[in-house]
Amino acid sequence: MCEHNKDVTIMCRCEDITAEEVRAYIAQGVTDLEQLKRLLRVGMGPCQGRTCTPLIVNELALATGRPVQEIPLTVFRPPTTPVKLGVLAGGTDHE
Amino acid sequence: MNKTADIVIIGGGVIGCSIAYNLAKKGAKNIILIERKYLTSGATGRCGAGVRMQFGTETNCLLAKKSIEMFEQLEEELGYDDSIEFKQGGYLLLAYTEKMVEQFHKNLGVQHKLGIPSRWVTPAEAKEIVPHLNTQGLLGATFCGKDGHCNPFKTTDAYVKAARRLGVEIMTYTEVTKLLAKDGKITGVETNKGVIESPVVVCCAGAYSRDLAATIGIELPLHPERHQILVTEPVEMIQEPMVMSFYHGLYCQQVPHGSFVMGIGDPNEPKEFNYNSSWQFLHEMAAKVTFLLPPLANLRVVRQWAGQYDMTPDRQQILGSVPGTEGFYLAAGFSGHGFMISPMTGKLMAEYILGEETSLPIDMFDFTRFARGQLFVEPSVV
Repeated sequence: MCEHNKDVTIMCRCEDITAEEVRAYIAQGVTDLEQLKRLLRVGMGPCQGRTCTPLIVNELALATGRPVQEIPLTVFRPPTTPVKLGVLAGGTDHE
Repeated sequence: MNKTADIVIIGGGVIGCSIAYNLAKKGAKNIILIERKYLTSGATGRCGAGVRMQFGTETNCLLAKKSIEMFEQLEEELGYDDSIEFKQGGYLLLAYTEKMVEQFHKNLGVQHKLGIPSRWVTPAEAKEIVPHLNTQGLLGATFCGKDGHCNPFKTTDAYVKAARRLGVEIMTYTEVTKLLAKDGKITGVETNKGVIESPVVVCCAGAYSRDLAATIGIELPLHPERHQILVTEPVEMIQEPMVMSFYHGLYCQQVPHGSFVMGIGDPNEPKEFNYNSSWQFLHEMAAKVTFLLPPLANLRVVRQWAGQYDMTPDRQQILGSVPGTEGFYLAAGFSGHGFMISPMTGKLMAEYILGEETSLPIDMFDFTRFARGQLFVEPSVV
């Protein structure tokens, strides 16, 4: 992982996406958080972007010169916390 | 921002992007693709993205077969430096009633005539293919190993990048508010950023196509229908094929990333735009999938979402021109199986729009079939 002194700052911990990868996509012109999410899976993991969204928004603000508060956020999807299918189905022992 | 174009395409989903690429590849110039929000924000980005050839009509079998052959080569064809994550783990279609068994055998007959490598499997063989399948009540299944799944975001991205390289202009966050027509000819579109004049407009706006067509007095027999999906946490690969049951209205697959993606149909959904997720869906989905694939009970749901099928009366797409409005083309009403035929649809529409002979007949998908009462019914859709 650390050869060539690459930037290995993890931005999305759920999906293991580094700052370098995020910056590479932004440099390609993907400056929309919705699009970044879908192409890189950032914010698609169990924490749903609680950690990475603010970090990526900062990157987008830096790259585009827009104020942070003007960067549109993605939609937060239910369920709020990961729930087992067996629990939702009414218990793991049910027939 | 008033502009002119030779061709305007409405809709930044996989169909619109595939059409844009195919038109540009054939040498069409000055193409503008308009997307209301971000690319894949409609049905494409919300779909299950399964890809199968196991249909019941020759036309759909051929459309799907050719599309799968195209998916196999798509990264090379489009010069994509990433992966569209095409996984050909097959599709296992489950039969629970005598009527289904009969229909599936009929379908196999159609498929075999066209060289589709599908086959009938017994419940025991089905369990060999998917070891964690509960075969209770199962009468048999059909399996085609060439069927599979792609990443819909990456697939669309591949088309978009290739289209851009060929000069297609893509405008995101631009909403078409009105179609413009005069004397029986389309003249362009009005957007929230100004008018774009164009003699050719291709509408691939999914369920929104209905409202757009209405702006020039065309009544499309098309309505949105909410479908919900969920995705679980990623785990080690345990399931190769997509498991699909028309009886339960259910599909479930494990994507290369390791997550399971699954959805169920609900025929009682109101016919209106609804992007909300419901807890009822979570419960019903969980109950059905843990019955069918019991070990999945231990998987956590990380996210659920909803999208719209753009349904037509015969649950088949509308392709081609609209009589009385020269220059206006439709590729809409895919009724939940648009993604899997997007490569071929893009090619056929490009041929049709440029006045070439289409590589496969598309007249059965003609808009006027509803008025003529000649519905094109496909027996094998969810």
